[in-house]
Amino acid sequence: MSADTLVTLSLAVLLLPLAGFVLMMFFGKKLPRQGDWLETGIITIALGIALYVLFQKMTTFAGEVGSLRFTWIDFHEVPGIGPLKIVLGFTIDNLAAIMMAVVMIISTLVHYFSIGYMHDDVRYSRYFGYLGIFTFSMLVIVLADNLFLLYVGWELVGLSSYLLIGHWYEKKSASNAAMKAFITNRVGDLGFFIGMAIMFTTFHTFGLTEIFAGLQSGQMPLGSESWLTVAGVLIFCGAIGKSAQFPLHVWLPDAMEGPTPVSALIHAATMVAAGVYLVARVFPLLTADALMVIAYIGLTTAFISATIAIAQNDIKKVLAYSTISQLGYMVMGLGVGAYTYGFMHLVTHAMFKAGLFLGSGSVIHAMHGAMHHQHDHHTDPQDIRNMGGLRTKMPVTFWAFVIYTLAISGVPLTSGFMSKDGILAGTMAFAGFTGHTLIPIVGFFVAGLTAFYMFRLVILTFLGAHADEKRFAHVHESPKVMIIPLMILAVLSVFVFYSWNPLDASHGWISQALPRPATVVPEHLAATEAAEFAEGVHHAHMPAMLLSLTVAGLGIALAFATYYWKKISADRIATSLAPVHRFLVDKWRFDELYGTVVVGGTLALTRALNWVDSKIIDGAVNGAGWATRGTSFISSRFDALVIDGIVNLSAYLSGFGGLVLRKFQTGKVQTYVLFTVASVLVLYFVFRMV
Amino acid sequence: MQTSLFNGVLAWLPNVQLAHFLIVSAILFALGLYGIVTRRNAIMVLMGVELVLNAANINLIAFSRYGGLHASGPALDGQVAAIFVIILAAAEAAIALAIVLNIYNRFQTVNVDEVSSLKE
Repeated sequence: MSADTLVTLSLAVLLLPLAGFVLMMFFGKKLPRQGDWLETGIITIALGIALYVLFQKMTTFAGEVGSLRFTWIDFHEVPGIGPLKIVLGFTIDNLAAIMMAVVMIISTLVHYFSIGYMHDDVRYSRYFGYLGIFTFSMLVIVLADNLFLLYVGWELVGLSSYLLIGHWYEKKSASNAAMKAFITNRVGDLGFFIGMAIMFTTFHTFGLTEIFAGLQSGQMPLGSESWLTVAGVLIFCGAIGKSAQFPLHVWLPDAMEGPTPVSALIHAATMVAAGVYLVARVFPLLTADALMVIAYIGLTTAFISATIAIAQNDIKKVLAYSTISQLGYMVMGLGVGAYTYGFMHLVTHAMFKAGLFLGSGSVIHAMHGAMHHQHDHHTDPQDIRNMGGLRTKMPVTFWAFVIYTLAISGVPLTSGFMSKDGILAGTMAFAGFTGHTLIPIVGFFVAGLTAFYMFRLVILTFLGAHADEKRFAHVHESPKVMIIPLMILAVLSVFVFYSWNPLDASHGWISQALPRPATVVPEHLAATEAAEFAEGVHHAHMPAMLLSLTVAGLGIALAFATYYWKKISADRIATSLAPVHRFLVDKWRFDELYGTVVVGGTLALTRALNWVDSKIIDGAVNGAGWATRGTSFISSRFDALVIDGIVNLSAYLSGFGGLVLRKFQTGKVQTYVLFTVASVLVLYFVFRMV
Repeated sequence: MQTSLFNGVLAWLPNVQLAHFLIVSAILFALGLYGIVTRRNAIMVLMGVELVLNAANINLIAFSRYGGLHASGPALDGQVAAIFVIILAAAEAAIALAIVLNIYNRFQTVNVDEVSSLKE
């Protein structure tokens, strides 16, 4: 067995969900139980292989990178382009192995959870098929060793998210959300594509290894160093779309229209993680400037969405904005150079965010069941104002939810504490090196906000008294197939799986397996050197930990004071700061802004073009037609009068001449003789005169 | 009295000039032409033709007698030509009468006004 065997095994992991998808699409409906056992079984097997690959990679083959490559197309030398040869390949390094395991863990748990959550859905088998292709698409991204294959997986993820968000397409809002997600992603994808094209034009390959080698040898994209920064930012544009970064984050909250397990999948493993994964993949080619852009985009995203999350009342919307905020953290972490912690936060966040979504799914399921029992179809089962007190009825969901919330808030002994702490320490170190102090300040502020709104969610949902006593009697804990995944995810949100030291992850296995990769950009363009940066992080570690504990504690305390003990009236603050509150409830009015600027602009443009079409183009055409008709009228008159007149005149003259001459043609020889004589006489006199 | 006129004419005869012959011939020609054009009966038209031919004969003979056409003086050429004309006129009369006979057989008339099928 060698590292290449791991690639073969990874390919099995990759292709099993695809096989599941095909089987479910063709035979799903005919199988007993609509084939959920088949798809789930396939995914479970794939999970087993993925975990085995991860274990082997971390132990036996640490440091070895297996790959499998094949030439897809080879046009040799193409005039005007140069050599056109595309080699595709799969690779399994530490990053890919960890990511694959994360994707498979989340996907498997979501599959099991879905058996309970979706059990009487209209398109049950198709739903499982879509989950399969979603997993497959994400694995293509994870295993690809070149930008081309990565882009293929990228678009496949876009497609499968479209299919799943629009799963209940009978609902107008769901089909709209699916389209919004797809189109918004396309905007980012365009940037990614252009970045990719810049790289290919220069290096004539999509292979990341080759591109890195080319950069290291001093070759610059399009021959200029600034193009390298531009290309890096353009590739990051793809991540802006997929990872729902500002300004393309608007699709993610709407994606809540899909089934809740799908939200868990999208938010944890298969979609938004792709963007962060892409940044991690291309990290070596990012210049200091590009990283600065990335850090500030992440920061803006984290801040905006955290403030929005405070004012939302839909349980899934709060979680959606918290996801965007946490993604902002990851991107910011990568941007400041805290590569290891940025990616580690992706892994830990995947576990507790999947848990939060599945937990919210469990709550919604219970609320929906209770309302259904009461024949109540008007109350929103997702509104936290209709909940409360669910702790006693749903103890497992509650405790799992609390663990996830502690993790996302950054409370010690959880996984989230370690990764978030690492990112914050990274921002402090970054500020120390570059002087951008805004980044850590906002970073800590958002950490406090996160703790506040997450505990607000927990308190309003599970603590206090239920909004409706009668309904409360009908609330039940979800079935085992749903709560067991919750328990597993809760366990995975604890520190031990990532590092033995709960306060410092720098010696944990993930940190060891994922050191920041060496940069390949020229020295004067590169960000702070990895070893130096690590030193800075080490120094920033203690103050960062204390600060983050303080802000998290403050946030939690404020949440309890406001919503549990009711010492502070949230309503009064909301009314006294009505414009701000309104602004946050309206999600910073991004949808309205884009609706006005982008959609309205497009509509205005089309109206203008329509006007140009109908007035100017049609006018020109009609004018040409009119002019043609006019000239043809004139020419027809000319024909009828002049030409026909000439023809008729000549005919008339001939006729008249004939008429005259006919008189002489009497048929009588005597007349002819008379004429002859007369003519002779006339001729005689004529010649006499001459 | 009569004798004197007769004698006067006889006395004048040697003074007959070419012009007199030509005048007679012209009168005869005009009469023939008049007959051709005005007569309705085809036979009469043929007779007109004979007059025209004889007018021509008189011209031929007159020029032959008084001529000066030849450097050597008057010759017999015209008289020979007149004899040819007379022969031809006889042949023509025979053919023309045959045609008239045919016309009569076909149209039951010899009125030339009613025979205008040349018009068609």
